[in-house]
Amino acid sequence: MLRHLLHRLWQSALTLVLASVVVFIGVRALPGDPATAMAGEQADPAAIAAVRAQLGLDDPLPVQYFKFVGHALTGDFGKSVRTGTPVREMIGATLPVTVQLAVFAMIIAVLAGMAGGVVAAVSRGRWPEWAANGFSLLALSIPTFWLGILAVLYLSVQLGWFPASGYVSPFEQPLRGLYYLALPAVILGLAHAAVVQRQTRSSMVETLTADFVRTARAKGLGRGAVVFRYALRNSLIVVTTIVGLQLGGLIAGAVVTERIFSLPGIGKLTLDSVFTRDYPVIQAVVLVITSAYIVINLLVDFLYTVIDPRMRVSGRTR
Amino acid sequence: MTEPLLEINDLEVSFGDTPAVRGVSLSVAPGERVAVVGQSGSGKSTTAHAVMGLLPGSGRVTGGTIRWRGEDITHAGENRLRRLRGREVGLVPQDPMSNLNPVSRVGRQVAETLLAHRICGRREAWARAVELLGQAGLTEPARRARQYPHEFSGGMRQRVLIAIGLACRPDLLIADEPTSALDVTVQRQILDHLDGLTRELGTALLLVTHDLGLAAERADRVVVMSEGEIVETGAAKQVLTAPREEYTQRLVAAAPSLKTPSRRPVSSSDVVLEVEHVSKEYRLRGQRGRGGVLRAVDDVSFTVERGRTTAIVGESGSGKTTTARMVLGLVPATDGRIRLDGAELAGLHGARLRAARQTMQPVFQDPYASLDPMWTVERIVTEPLRTFGVGDRGSRRVKVAELLDQVALPAALAQRYPNELSGGQRQRVAIARALALGPRLVVCDEAVSALDVLVQDQILGLLSELQRELGLSYLFISHDLAVVRSLAHHVLVMKDGRVVEQGPVDEVLTAPSDPYTRQLLDAVPGATAFAG
Amino acid sequence: MTIDAGTPVPLARVRGRTLGRLVRNPMGVAGGVLLLIVLVAGVFAPLLAPYAPAEVHFSTPFQQPGTVGFGLGTDDLGRDILSRVLYGTRASLEVGALSVLFAVALGVPLGLLSGYWRWLDAIVSRLADLMLAFPFLILAVGLAAINGGGLANAAVALGIAQIPTMVRVVRADTLRLKETDFVLAAHTMHAGPWRILGQHVLPNALPVIIVQATVIMPAAVLGEAILSFLGLGIQPPDPSLGIMLSDAQQYLFRTPWPGIFPGIALAVICLGFNLFGDALRDALDPKTSR
Repeated sequence: MLRHLLHRLWQSALTLVLASVVVFIGVRALPGDPATAMAGEQADPAAIAAVRAQLGLDDPLPVQYFKFVGHALTGDFGKSVRTGTPVREMIGATLPVTVQLAVFAMIIAVLAGMAGGVVAAVSRGRWPEWAANGFSLLALSIPTFWLGILAVLYLSVQLGWFPASGYVSPFEQPLRGLYYLALPAVILGLAHAAVVQRQTRSSMVETLTADFVRTARAKGLGRGAVVFRYALRNSLIVVTTIVGLQLGGLIAGAVVTERIFSLPGIGKLTLDSVFTRDYPVIQAVVLVITSAYIVINLLVDFLYTVIDPRMRVSGRTR
Repeated sequence: MTEPLLEINDLEVSFGDTPAVRGVSLSVAPGERVAVVGQSGSGKSTTAHAVMGLLPGSGRVTGGTIRWRGEDITHAGENRLRRLRGREVGLVPQDPMSNLNPVSRVGRQVAETLLAHRICGRREAWARAVELLGQAGLTEPARRARQYPHEFSGGMRQRVLIAIGLACRPDLLIADEPTSALDVTVQRQILDHLDGLTRELGTALLLVTHDLGLAAERADRVVVMSEGEIVETGAAKQVLTAPREEYTQRLVAAAPSLKTPSRRPVSSSDVVLEVEHVSKEYRLRGQRGRGGVLRAVDDVSFTVERGRTTAIVGESGSGKTTTARMVLGLVPATDGRIRLDGAELAGLHGARLRAARQTMQPVFQDPYASLDPMWTVERIVTEPLRTFGVGDRGSRRVKVAELLDQVALPAALAQRYPNELSGGQRQRVAIARALALGPRLVVCDEAVSALDVLVQDQILGLLSELQRELGLSYLFISHDLAVVRSLAHHVLVMKDGRVVEQGPVDEVLTAPSDPYTRQLLDAVPGATAFAG
Repeated sequence: MTIDAGTPVPLARVRGRTLGRLVRNPMGVAGGVLLLIVLVAGVFAPLLAPYAPAEVHFSTPFQQPGTVGFGLGTDDLGRDILSRVLYGTRASLEVGALSVLFAVALGVPLGLLSGYWRWLDAIVSRLADLMLAFPFLILAVGLAAINGGGLANAAVALGIAQIPTMVRVVRADTLRLKETDFVLAAHTMHAGPWRILGQHVLPNALPVIIVQATVIMPAAVLGEAILSFLGLGIQPPDPSLGIMLSDAQQYLFRTPWPGIFPGIALAVICLGFNLFGDALRDALDPKTSR
């Protein structure tokens, strides 16, 4: 098992390095010269050259890359070309908002999704299954950002049930903070709840028709015990994988959700920096997001070994 | 007369609109052993599941009654059935690999049965579970109980399932093909153990099996089922030696037995395949440090003569399949020589390997997996011709008809797809494909093991007929001594990668010199029953 | 290589059986009907739309739905919403189809090859991991920032984002298929890797490829809407459902209609593909056949 974990660790590290190269090259491929942008369009060539030298843009690319990675490892991502604020501070201010939003949304997605999946699996061919399936189908098909716009219009503006925009830290004012995050998190979590629900359902249906479940019933175990002790435990493995894989989608969704609800998160920062070609910010934000994705998927992989005893001995079984 | 424990009257079971069991009546007295025998689809397992109220999917009892100690439980509620299951009727299911929860400790799965019936408390249940696992024949039960199913071999898992089935000391144990997934020697041990335990506890046994010999050996009474109906019921001995019904007679005749007269010797002694000191090593990725080397096949030598059959017999892990794959050139040999018609095969590449492959074709075990489901029979049978560029489209079409005729399939089947054919028909298609290039050697890897007895008998007949007509040589891989007996001239017995004994089939199977061969022979179910 | 009568026939046969099961599934039929409506709307948008999508009518902004001449009303510039929804649907379908093509054209060969050759697998799997590490929107945002917006760029970005999953699905099926006995038998006939991949593996992997395509399609349609909504996809004045929603957000408090219809159109497109895809998956999966 240790061998497997080390292998995964090595793979993740490799992916991380490759990702940093891609980010680095990608940012260099952006149109427009950042030095010109910084010095101003009307600046004379000498001033632009000075800025270039100051930014290290005259170094050979490999040197620039190693400088970038070296600085990034110490948390130094340079300064915003647009505002001059250290990028680290900008990320420090926006990342918590997005993490809170994503975690809240994921909790909603897992709870609602698993509940719906269990209901659908145990009531096969009856109305609760149809209701659960109908919900997941709609949640997957209706664009959630559209739903978000409508929710702001009707629930917040017209009915005044929720704040239409803004952010309050749940760490400073817990209730108010959660209240401000509730609507965005529900909207963001909806589509993911549908995915979790489908996976839970199909995994439970599969387990419930497995031979060992029939054997369990032949022992005299009741349906409830079989559903919760056998099927749910086995489907947890599937849900864990989904949570890891859904993360990418969740971050993408956060970009849009933050825009609709005017939340000062990292998604908003990404969009702003792309539109203003603020390349140190783009570089840092993308690197932070991909690193987070890789690390979380690594953790999910380790989590397997806790949930699935087969993994403890044989490494990867599927 | 004692009241029967279980009494089934005129039972009808349907899946949706398809009847699966029609008018079945049988009874089991306390302590009695009854075997239900039938081929796949005969309704034998469905009958057993109906008793426990565990019909899968759309299965429903549509008629008749099931009485348990006189009480009608045909349509009993879930609560009544829960008390019945495990406590009054235990189940030992078929496939030990899929019948244990992979994410739960073995001891817990045994203890669960006791807890479900509130026989004892949690702590005591665990102690009892350890004890039960020990009784079922697991060594170090205390340590084993803490392990997970994937750490157990098939035989050990089956012992766990027996412990589960007998945990609450039920009055009746239903054993549904309890050993068909296991090797013969393991099968014998498990059945002996099951026998001993049930006799000790006075438990009645309802044994569901496809194997007539096994049924006759283990049961007092045998019930033969076919297509959802009971064909014949009687004392075990009588059904086997003097079957009344025509179907049972065919079944008994088809059962490959160790008594079948052997082939008459063929005069030619031309060697087609010569295998000398062949070995295969696999490097193991060790759990700790360097890792070792597994000798899957260790210094194996044999020959196959023209127009004759050499069989390799062994249990799983004996290296028999690896040997066949080396001969077919699918797996490179680590060591040794393989000569086909005098030409060295090992290390051949390109055109020469291609030429060698033309003279040798395989027939695999599972006729459902060995035919591409997206292809028509015609395309499957002509695949070798196309890969080797033999003939044009017209001539190949003629050849298909010819080949199908040789394997006794109607030419009209050429445009069908594999899933429209029965298992036996599929295996005939596989044989036709093997014959397409006119090979001299056909390698049959468990070619009849997946088939029901009657079909198996037909395919074996076809193989020997083709051998006589076409002068084919077979390398026949099997775990089944009786099947080998009916087809082979020469036999090798393999164990753990080595040949423990080889020689003419009569000698090896009647007067084995190696104790392992003896053990294998003794383990064949019904060997003694048929002999007597 | 011999060309035989075989190839198209079995596929037609499988398709025939699958079609039979699809027709018997009410959800599949509903999905099919929705798809048909969407396809007709998209393909014949130039014929069906009463106005050009960018045609402005300054005298009649914010018309209510049902107004004579403007069936679904008009937006702030007096543009006909019905025409814009029709053209927007057309753009959505174009982006969706292009991304599917892109993901299939690159993902299927990579999946087949990496499933067949282990050494290649190590490389391809690392690349797939790498691509998965970039959330699709980040990837699309990045590509849009580099290449600029526009329909084709959006389609490429969304297609690239779908490649890793396509590779994984096809690779997994190839791994399964290459161990089957019929491939083993083909080896004993000395069939080469290309023959085995082309004649045995690919045809048997088609069902999962088709199912995956029905998953990619709605994802790409939604992706395009999101990109355009954010200003990174299709650029005005070209019509897009995402742009319409973005525009409508600004005056939603005044009149909601310009924000309602594009959303419904998107939902109908995705619902159609999801329903149809689910039914197709059930029909192709022998396990779920009743």
